[in-house]
Amino acid sequence: MSHTPDPSHLPDHDSVYDGLLGGDDSQWAFGTDFEDPLAGVDTTVPDGVDTHELATYCLMLADDALVMSHRLSQWCSNAPDLEEDIALANIALDLLGQARLLLARAAAADPSVVPALPAGSPVPPEDALAFFRGDREFRNVRLVETDNGDFAVTIARLLLFSTWRLALLQRLAASRDHVLSAVAIKGVKEMTYHRDYAGRWFLTLARGTEESRRRLIAGLEATWPLRAELFTTHPVELAVAGSGVGVDPSTVADEVDVLLEQVFSMSGVDRPDIAPLAGVRGETGRDGLHTEAFSRLLAEMQVVARAHPMGSW
Amino acid sequence: MVAAREAAASVTDPEMPMLTLEDLGVLRDVEVDDERVVVTITPTYSGCPAMATMRDDLVHRLRDEGFDDVEVRVSLHPAWSSDWITPRGRAALVEHGLSAPGPAPSHDGPVVLSLQPTRRTLACPRCGSSEVDLTSEFGPTACKALYRCAACLEPFEHVKEI
Repeated sequence: MSHTPDPSHLPDHDSVYDGLLGGDDSQWAFGTDFEDPLAGVDTTVPDGVDTHELATYCLMLADDALVMSHRLSQWCSNAPDLEEDIALANIALDLLGQARLLLARAAAADPSVVPALPAGSPVPPEDALAFFRGDREFRNVRLVETDNGDFAVTIARLLLFSTWRLALLQRLAASRDHVLSAVAIKGVKEMTYHRDYAGRWFLTLARGTEESRRRLIAGLEATWPLRAELFTTHPVELAVAGSGVGVDPSTVADEVDVLLEQVFSMSGVDRPDIAPLAGVRGETGRDGLHTEAFSRLLAEMQVVARAHPMGSW
Repeated sequence: MVAAREAAASVTDPEMPMLTLEDLGVLRDVEVDDERVVVTITPTYSGCPAMATMRDDLVHRLRDEGFDDVEVRVSLHPAWSSDWITPRGRAALVEHGLSAPGPAPSHDGPVVLSLQPTRRTLACPRCGSSEVDLTSEFGPTACKALYRCAACLEPFEHVKEI
């Protein structure tokens, strides 16, 4: 016997949730409607810039932010205390916002980078890029994709990531691409307090108890092999630096080193001397070659969207 | 019929409803071209989840005033600054128990790394005491830090300088 109610007996309503709150749908306000983050923004590509190179570069910057954001959001309800839970979620939200703008910019620059979906699918380009690309199509550095580890590992990684990205975005502010320039100028404000947060916790853990110091050093050593990749120039990065829209990451290496040295010396921590993690036949994250942990991350991040390619969120 | 500018300026922020979008500095422009209204807004933070709601609220308010053709555009540059919150907005924050931001830091030149806790000179929005302690640099929304007053012992939120 079926328990499904006959639809003709249900009261007329606009939402199936009306019975819960008497038709006040304000609690569904966020995330129920698609908002193009670049609505009304001029997305014309500057003269002399290859649209596919620009889009690929935007994906690199977007994927770094998206994957780092996802890892940080995994701390929700798991952080050492409520304040850190909120702090990591706030940082994750800023990075997610940067990722959305950059994914939308990639799609606007070259729509061919957006995966094809079934005809009539309402999934917007930024979501198609986030949820319907396979691991080989993601261009993020491997630093952001490995497991969170404990809080000390997360802090060591966030220090490296935010110091590097802040330096990159400061230079990207001068991009000839007005969208990238605007995203960078905004991002600099946000990365500044992300870096401060990571630096303060790095110092606090290093000067805390014997156990916190032990874990911090272990976290830094676990993260360090993925550092060199941040400053290795990919041909696409070289090309967009040449056309004045992007930044060659090797140019920020010295500045990042000086800042890290400042944190290390105040913390009484030695700069690790550990070899970089090798790529596969010379290919690394920027080429779409990732670690095993990344496949598990993607599976979790994408499963719902992929199960409903015609879904509207 | 209320003018489009006036109608758009009366829409409030979904997370801080004591502030209008105009007082928050998010409303950048309202243009009327024949029947069409184009409203331009600037996000406070890159990940501000309230942008879609702001857009919907603007469209609804303008439709209620008889403007059927409304477009809401995003302007990313210049980036929003807490300096854009108007004096009336600051007064409304304090009236509702929030502490208003001081001057935003300048982002010209190298960005200095700060390994010390953020120092701000604040007054408790309830009792006015300057004996306040930072409890968390991050709060329930991206734009707020959490404080407590050592005099009246009440916690309060501070809108951060950015």
